[in-house]
Amino acid sequence: MMPETQAFVLDGASDPLADVVAALGQAFTVIEERGTAGSGSRRRTWLDTFDWRLHVAGLALEHEQTRRGGRLILTTTAATASTTEQPVPGWQSSRPGPPADLPQGPVRDAITRLVAPRALLPAAKAVTVRTTLRLLNADGKTVARLLAERTTVTAAPSGPVSPAVLPPLVSIAEVRGYPAQARRAAALIARLPGARLASSGVFVAALAAAGHRPGEYTGKVSASITAQMPAAQAVATVLLDLLATLTVNVDGVIRDIDTEFLHDLRVSVRRTRAAIKLLGDVLPPEIATHYRAEFKWLGDLTTPVRDLDVHLLGHETLAASLTAAAPSDLEPLRDFLARRRAKEFRLLTRGLRSTRFRALTHDWDKALREVLDARPRGRRQPKASALAAERTARAYRVIVRRGGVITPQSAPESLHDLRKRCKELRYLLEFFAPLYEPPGYRKAVGDLKQLQDCLGEFQDSQVQREEIHDLAEQMLNERTRPPAATLLAMGELAARLAASQQRARDEFGLRFTRFAGPSGEQRLRALLEGQPR
Amino acid sequence: MKIYATYNIKGGVGKTTAAVNLAYLAAAEGKRTLLWDLDPQGAASFLFRVKPKVKGGGKALINGTKALDGAIKGTDFDDLDLLPADFTYRNMDLLLGGAAKHPTEKLARLLTPLAAEYDVVFLDCPPSISLVSENVLHAADILVVPLIPTTLSVRTLDQLSDFVSGFNGRQPQVLAFFSMVDRRKRLHLETIKTLISERPVVSPTIIPALSLIERMSVERAPVTAFAPRTAAARAYRDLWSQLTR
Repeated sequence: MMPETQAFVLDGASDPLADVVAALGQAFTVIEERGTAGSGSRRRTWLDTFDWRLHVAGLALEHEQTRRGGRLILTTTAATASTTEQPVPGWQSSRPGPPADLPQGPVRDAITRLVAPRALLPAAKAVTVRTTLRLLNADGKTVARLLAERTTVTAAPSGPVSPAVLPPLVSIAEVRGYPAQARRAAALIARLPGARLASSGVFVAALAAAGHRPGEYTGKVSASITAQMPAAQAVATVLLDLLATLTVNVDGVIRDIDTEFLHDLRVSVRRTRAAIKLLGDVLPPEIATHYRAEFKWLGDLTTPVRDLDVHLLGHETLAASLTAAAPSDLEPLRDFLARRRAKEFRLLTRGLRSTRFRALTHDWDKALREVLDARPRGRRQPKASALAAERTARAYRVIVRRGGVITPQSAPESLHDLRKRCKELRYLLEFFAPLYEPPGYRKAVGDLKQLQDCLGEFQDSQVQREEIHDLAEQMLNERTRPPAATLLAMGELAARLAASQQRARDEFGLRFTRFAGPSGEQRLRALLEGQPR
Repeated sequence: MKIYATYNIKGGVGKTTAAVNLAYLAAAEGKRTLLWDLDPQGAASFLFRVKPKVKGGGKALINGTKALDGAIKGTDFDDLDLLPADFTYRNMDLLLGGAAKHPTEKLARLLTPLAAEYDVVFLDCPPSISLVSENVLHAADILVVPLIPTTLSVRTLDQLSDFVSGFNGRQPQVLAFFSMVDRRKRLHLETIKTLISERPVVSPTIIPALSLIERMSVERAPVTAFAPRTAAARAYRDLWSQLTR
């Protein structure tokens, strides 16, 4: 069995290390160990993506910089902690970047797939000064080590913070073959007033000191609504949550940190538009009309860059799938896409810095808060639960009706339309998720998701195919025309997309029957009827 | 995992001081190192301040009722662990002889599972030619042989060379070096000169007889650790770099 380390936080004591040394002196000779690798001062930066992908996967990534050099430390946060290390001399952790920017090594290999396409950002920064003391037995043999750490937090996800000193942390590190002595030392520390077992790592404590917690951002809808809430207030609460997600992503879009800031911002816009369309009648009428147009403008503003991002993100995979053409034949296409994106990105940032955008977010927030604060209008105002049941059932009926008449001969537009209706139902389920029993909710969303994936593949294949045709036209109109090999490779891509669209179409019947058939309907009814009234 | 054994038929020639210092130098390079003190006198265990005691004794280790890694102790130095001596090792021949199958390969088999945990293993062997020695030959990649530069040492080296060359199995590489050398003695200097020129297995590295090396038993630490800038430490570093060349 590997030697273990037990850590304690010391609260309140004026000179905690002196108290610890005095307590350990009852059983051991305690001497300072100089010149060991772990002692001295080190700058620590914890890294994660904006949406905490590493944390969600049970990992913590730290960049440690000492006089001896820098290294990355990847730790699992599960009970059986394990650590992967990689020296990264000269690497700087202060600027966000994709994992591909890390030097090659085991840590990069372990996280790249998990993190991509997101960038790694500094989530917290701190300086830790560590002193190592040796606990000796009567023979003068080291039987355990005491590691005392003082950590000062200097930055959080939001940026630099005024330095916050964490309570001292002391750990007893077992020396192999001497477990009893380590237990004895830990017991002596545990008895000290103010000593408590460290329940979470320094990273979590550093975040907490700056008012943050790991996993605090998620792109999911997380509005705190209840079944008894007046419908208008519930809808305003959902919309405020969506606005918060939208707003928090703006900076990442403008700084172009990674493509997913824009993706999350767009999802918030789509959800907002769906909420206004499907639930906006419970809000004051003038609000719904005005903001429906404003959010359409915002959605349209963000579309060109996202479309190009989708092309660029999938480029490597598509290029690798070519059989007749070589992946390098598509290089001119990638260059063209990148140039187009740079141009469209300038228009996007101009829009996000405009007075119109600032007014939209500010006024929308104000209008929604007024709804929250308003007294209920008369007795006819429905409860959130009634609104959820009615609108969700209606959205479901629309899908059943429109999907039921789709045949293999139907125009692609009928499937596109059905996809939009499915998205609306999905959003409704997500908005009102707190009202449902989790198992029933998961089942209903699971059925719907399978249908959505099928429709998504159908439409995405078609859109991308059409876009490849358009791109070919545009490239031919450029001053330097693309090589014939590039156009041929694009032709092969278009053929592949057509085949994938056909597969999705063949699958549609099965997916739709599973969702709209008697068992699917029963599951949705059970969900809606099971919610608390 | 590379296995070195410090070995000589004769006793008192500097096997343990070599094993302790070389193991320390390997660990200081960041290699995960284990030193097995096979000598029932337990001198290496003493130098690392570890009690020369294994629960269940040598018997439990040899017959497998106690796993080797359960008896390992951490030393005061990073990356350096010790499998302590036990007084029952004096009967190691009998214990190994009691093994039903392959009694000469028992040590090698016991060490195999440690390959995942260690890069380097040192075996500090008791002086003898016995079943223990045969086991050591089976297990070791390199036999590190300290010689005191006297006429008798020529005879010792010959005996050892015969023993290794007559050995039925994978023969370890042999590297001999002169230990406890007194440069004031003409005999020492002449023997060294002759043997180094005549025998390719003899290293040109010389470990002098220095009081600082004897002081290891007072400091209870490798001289390479407590006096790293001295001639004694330099000599062991030269020897280690020759072994790893």
